[in-house]
Amino acid sequence: MERAAFERLRWRCTRRGMLEVDMVLGRFLENTFGKLPESEQQAFIELADYDDMALWRLISARNECEDTRLAPIVAMLRECT
Amino acid sequence: MSVPILKFDAVVVGAGGAGLRSAIQLSEAGLKTAVLSKVFPTRSHTVAAQGGVAASLGNSEEDHWRWHMYDTVKGSDWLGDQDSIEYMCRKAVEAVVDLEHYGMPFDRVDSGKIYQRPFGGHMSNFGEKPVRRACAAADRTGHAMLHAMYQRNVKANTQFFVEWMALDLIRDAEGAVVGVTAMEMETGQIAVFHARAVIFATGGAGRIFASSTNAFINTGDGLGMAARAGIPLEDMEFWQFHPTGVAGAGVLITEGVRGEGGILRNADNERFMERYAPNAKDLASRDVVSRAMTTEIKEGRGCGPNKDYVLLDITHLDPETILKRLPGIREISIQFAGVDPIKAPIPVVPTAHYQMGGIPTSYDGRVAFLDADGGNAVVPGFYAAGECACASVHGANRLGTNSLLDLLVFGKSAGDSAVEDLKTGKAHRDLPADAADHARARIEAIDQRQGGVSVYEARQAIARTMQDHAGVFRFANMLQKGVAHILEVEKMVRNLEIRDKSQVWNTARVEALETENLIEVAKATMISAEARKESRGAHVRDDAPDTPEFPNGRNDKEWLKHTLWHREGNRIAYKPVRLLPLTVETIALKTRSY
Repeated sequence: MERAAFERLRWRCTRRGMLEVDMVLGRFLENTFGKLPESEQQAFIELADYDDMALWRLISARNECEDTRLAPIVAMLRECT
Repeated sequence: MSVPILKFDAVVVGAGGAGLRSAIQLSEAGLKTAVLSKVFPTRSHTVAAQGGVAASLGNSEEDHWRWHMYDTVKGSDWLGDQDSIEYMCRKAVEAVVDLEHYGMPFDRVDSGKIYQRPFGGHMSNFGEKPVRRACAAADRTGHAMLHAMYQRNVKANTQFFVEWMALDLIRDAEGAVVGVTAMEMETGQIAVFHARAVIFATGGAGRIFASSTNAFINTGDGLGMAARAGIPLEDMEFWQFHPTGVAGAGVLITEGVRGEGGILRNADNERFMERYAPNAKDLASRDVVSRAMTTEIKEGRGCGPNKDYVLLDITHLDPETILKRLPGIREISIQFAGVDPIKAPIPVVPTAHYQMGGIPTSYDGRVAFLDADGGNAVVPGFYAAGECACASVHGANRLGTNSLLDLLVFGKSAGDSAVEDLKTGKAHRDLPADAADHARARIEAIDQRQGGVSVYEARQAIARTMQDHAGVFRFANMLQKGVAHILEVEKMVRNLEIRDKSQVWNTARVEALETENLIEVAKATMISAEARKESRGAHVRDDAPDTPEFPNGRNDKEWLKHTLWHREGNRIAYKPVRLLPLTVETIALKTRSY
């Protein structure tokens, strides 16, 4: 991913309304994102576009992800400590 | 390089609850209105507010705005301005009705009326017994509020400038505010927003502390800009702390955990709250628990390699109870503390949560502060609302659910005041010739500096200094040292260097600019806290203990006054608390006890 696109994604992942989401997405971007195939990177980018509350409910396992493309990323986010 | 000038009637900086609420007033009055935000509006920190919004609707039981007013004055430890508090509590019902009209999906009772629930500190009949006053939309009140108000703004043709960071306030030779400079993150382009009214709604600055519940976005940008423009910051020594944030992360562990039987332990595995609150123990009030935790850590009984946290233990509870009664706590603990609370205790520390002080305003949202003659000087063209402002309704301590009310009521009043002021005269005041110079010089200095300090290092220094010297429980000698330390840290911030020199999407530059705002808030907090030699509300000093002469350490004879910190020379001034409400009698001073 080119520098500008990555920096934009970094901003959008680490400047959220909720601290919890800032931290989880930031860690994921730092530690995992770069190792993913492009299709999964795209899935993460799509997921990062969710509202904070929706995303936090998925990450904290209060809701399940019904989109089969995104569910594996949600599972990885839950494990991202 | 020429700087583009964008002309609007009104520019709102910040798109959280207060910004969106004021923008509705401006746009619906037909004013050409821009809203600048570092992030998409529905991702503002208001989204994290879950508890609700206080309003004496009286839907579930008898209630009255005067009771709400009494609770708020008492909660503020009598430092809140009683005219502002009356205004807010009287306007609360209207604020909730407005939201309903915007499509806010409040929880309801069978009759269709808005459901209300009790919340700490909200009482009926002047402090008699708890009352149901909080209106909520499940646990997503802030989220629903942002969505409803964003949609209303879209309908009203508010123009949003998303992923733009405001840099500096522009004042003319007479001191009037005539616009802001801002930077588009995508291009790195600086522009001048020339406006007849500028409304700041930039939120709080909780990131000055190492442990904070605030999202990363809360870097006090509005406060930094105001301070650099010569506007003092009011009552910045008052910060509300939550006792149980996950150590090292800040994420909140709800009080419900202690309610379900969670126990706080020190490094000796002692249930230390038994010594501090023999009856209530771990369920003592927030401030008592926070102070006990801080004392344990300060006296060397903290846990971990640095002995800098205590443990919240729920391992003795039935795992089923944990999963059923405390949803999400296990996940939070695993995610942010790296421990499964069913098997091991959670490391916790008192964590900064809410900033009571801010840019001084009247209840009409106009920025005003004491001038040299002792009068309340209004800054023409400048308004502020929400957590960045200090109206002052929260005084020394905020009541839960009054923060969402604050941003609704004062967001609206700031917008209304701007509309009223703009009725007279259509022309924009002239921009000074050097309108963009200051912001441009700041950016050039950051871009060009070599061999300076990294943003990470400077931020760590701010956060550590504030946490260690101006935390939840304050010690005179630590505050004195803290003032010297933070002024040293300021030198680091004046010497920031970034490696990335790109124009496009340079987040390192944005973070450096945020750091320049954080340091202003940090200085204001430390210096104001050192200067206030009493305990009041959230500001508690070991050298101002509870005595018969000064109950809870509060000294009204000397300290019933607001602090004003001026950036120039780090000068402190004081102004009187406005004890006279608008239409009712003063709520007389008394000891705050629950």
